[in-house]
Amino acid sequence: MMHEHGILRHAAQRLLGVLPTMLLLITVVFFLVRVAPGGPFDSEKALPPEIQANLEAKYHLDEPLIQQYFRYLGQILVLDFGPSFQYKDWTVNELIAEGFPVSLTVGGLAMVLAFLVGTMIGITAAMKQNTPVDYSTMGFAMLGISIPNFVVAPLLILVFAVYAGWLPAGGWDWSVQRMVLPVITLALPMIAYVARLTRGSMIEVLHSNFIRTARAKGLPEKTVIRRHALKPAMLPVISFMGPATAGLITGSVVIERIYAIPGLGSYFVTGALNRDYTLVMGVVIFYGLLIILLNFIVDLLYAWLNPKIRYDEEY
Amino acid sequence: MACGGDDGQLTPPRDNRPRPVDELLVDGRPDPSTLAAEQVLRRANGEEPQTLDPHLAEGVPSSHILRDLFEGLTTEAPDGTVIPGTAQRWNISRDGKTYTFYLRRDARWSNGDPVMAEDFVLGLQRSADPATASNYAQVLLPIENAEAVLGGMLPPDQLGIEALDEFTLQIRLRDPTPYFLGLLSHSSTYPVHRPSLAEHGARFSRPGNLVSNGAYELREWVVRSHILVERNPHYHSADQVLLDRVYYYPYEDQSTALKQYRAGELHWTYEVPNNQFKWLQRHHPEELVVSPWLGSYFFGFNLTREPFIESPDLRQALVMAIDRELLTEKVSQFGEQPSFTLVPPGIGEYQSPQPEWADWTQQERNDEARRLYAAAGYSQERPLRVEIRYNTSENHKKMALAIASLWKQVLGVHATLVNEEWKVFLQNREQKFLTQVFRAGWISDYGDPYSFLELFRTGHGQNDYGYSNPVYDELLTMIASERIPARRRRLMEEAERMLLETWPIIPVYTYVTKRLVDRHVRGWENNVMDHHYSRYMYLLKSRPAGS
Repeated sequence: MMHEHGILRHAAQRLLGVLPTMLLLITVVFFLVRVAPGGPFDSEKALPPEIQANLEAKYHLDEPLIQQYFRYLGQILVLDFGPSFQYKDWTVNELIAEGFPVSLTVGGLAMVLAFLVGTMIGITAAMKQNTPVDYSTMGFAMLGISIPNFVVAPLLILVFAVYAGWLPAGGWDWSVQRMVLPVITLALPMIAYVARLTRGSMIEVLHSNFIRTARAKGLPEKTVIRRHALKPAMLPVISFMGPATAGLITGSVVIERIYAIPGLGSYFVTGALNRDYTLVMGVVIFYGLLIILLNFIVDLLYAWLNPKIRYDEEY
Repeated sequence: MACGGDDGQLTPPRDNRPRPVDELLVDGRPDPSTLAAEQVLRRANGEEPQTLDPHLAEGVPSSHILRDLFEGLTTEAPDGTVIPGTAQRWNISRDGKTYTFYLRRDARWSNGDPVMAEDFVLGLQRSADPATASNYAQVLLPIENAEAVLGGMLPPDQLGIEALDEFTLQIRLRDPTPYFLGLLSHSSTYPVHRPSLAEHGARFSRPGNLVSNGAYELREWVVRSHILVERNPHYHSADQVLLDRVYYYPYEDQSTALKQYRAGELHWTYEVPNNQFKWLQRHHPEELVVSPWLGSYFFGFNLTREPFIESPDLRQALVMAIDRELLTEKVSQFGEQPSFTLVPPGIGEYQSPQPEWADWTQQERNDEARRLYAAAGYSQERPLRVEIRYNTSENHKKMALAIASLWKQVLGVHATLVNEEWKVFLQNREQKFLTQVFRAGWISDYGDPYSFLELFRTGHGQNDYGYSNPVYDELLTMIASERIPARRRRLMEEAERMLLETWPIIPVYTYVTKRLVDRHVRGWENNVMDHHYSRYMYLLKSRPAGS
């Protein structure tokens, strides 16, 4: 009972900590994007000064910076990210609402795939430590980590779409066929990471005293792994997966470009290049909140997985 | 991994792609028996359009879609010629300043409402209204009072446009503007459907809200996924329109579009990746379409700062010492035409004045360049040190690098390259503080040499060269008010000659458009504007396999 009470208290404290973190993030990004040279309405076709003035007035860019800042804070309180400067027919909220489900699907599936395949490979390698199985799987994992996805993606497209014609070369319509290649591309390096992490921590756990005890009791190796080794071995994997998930489900610029997927990832780059202040702010705040949320979930999972961690001061 | 992310140079040609049946025209129309059963075109379309509000739109991607959705008073034939659009005919007054348009009685909005003269009045007024904050309203400047309306000095209803009756429209101009009819096919002059604007306000251009008067209507818009337009059954010439649906796909990466094209998922690419010309020529020769475009690629001098303030000799030497043939053949590589002038060829009867040295051999040019370089006081011991500034792009970088090395070879110039992100580059260019030699270029929205020449007017918004010549400005004013085409043309030639003789720019080449077009797609023609209306296009059916 004490234990659960501690977690709740910890959760409340963490949530309180979110506010100053977010305020700091908003403030830094708000001023940083405006410090960058050039503005949202600069283009090769120079605008007559009157029109420039009209545009700035329309988006309140003519106000003093500090006034814009407080105006923005006021908007954020009601979760209104404002209109996009670049995509004029859409608000930032709409762009995020359209893009996030796509990124969440691709990133989420990639994460699940990476977790399942990665831990399986990792456990297998750990159990067959220093055998050819171990060396070859870890060799592949190293390859997976070191080949960048902008190389893997075009290769996959060439093989499976252009030559074989089994899968579409890109685009997005929520069909499974169009998800296969991007999900695999995104998952590949993750599988490799997860496999290496799992292997490492599994080997460590397998050498610890309580496992030796379990074995001494005569338990079959399978049961030892499943019942006793798995949970503690997953700890480093879980702490890696939290922030990695936030990164994956907010979209990957590279994957979105190469597979022409309308996710969130590109907005981080195009928003900045276009000086689309509201869009940059919107996606950064959204990303920030996700990271905080996922780290929080990781903490809870940790407490559940590891009896050594208690968020209880009396402990 | 030898191909390192490249697009598979090692690929053998895929000749198992279906081929179309022979085209068969009956009275200029395709024979129905040759048409594909499904008339759905898939067009790649550059980056995501910013908006489909015709009066706010800018950029090439949105204008392609808007030309399908809307129709101006005039429109264009497949070859780019200006032809009657919603206006059936027009009269131009003797002084060339009053245009009277007679609208088609059968023009309809996509919801069936008739298109009236008032809709055009409202459209133009909205476009000019400062409250709309259009980025493109300068296009309207030839219209009477447009400048004052844009500047907020006069209310929009003072714009020189008036509905004489339901189907008759009068537009008064400030100066006779020979290219005015062409401007009326531009999206900033499109009409607006009053009831839907009243109902939805700024959101009238969203899917579900947009009522348009062109050959197609907006069906779907999924941001950064696709825009789907469908045949507008109320369009006045709907029976001539063969494509039922057109998908526009945005691409951030042209090699993705190329792969989708190769996988048979696209009929029409927006462009092709620059480094693959040779490969495409070898493997897709019939589908690769390269055609001159209404644009010039050049570099500019900042004339307001050293070393280029009072140094025509030095500038001339730098202009002459680059081998344009070499640059277009080895660097840009897409069949671009080497250029010695500002205005690209292909605008009506206009002939840019070719400088005398255009006929010389490069050796002769180099000799003259060395003489001028020395005359300007530079030598091997005292070389010119200069920065070439360009915006981030593999192609600009290659070009700047090539120019720097040619200058080094021929003259011994020490040039350094400065690469800047687009918005930073624009700002520096405009401030004329840091720039020395910088990348420039211009692609015109309408076929008139004046659109290139006016960039060098004293104080013009895009005059990043700091060029200022009262005689030249005077010539521009004369051109603007001249209404006899032959005389206007002569004045423009005179202006361009004057400009080139003072060496404010380094002309390099004329832009080309380059894309892959599926062999089944017919009904389109190359044109310097690169405007391709879907309503002229159709898809042939494939040959039966094995034939």
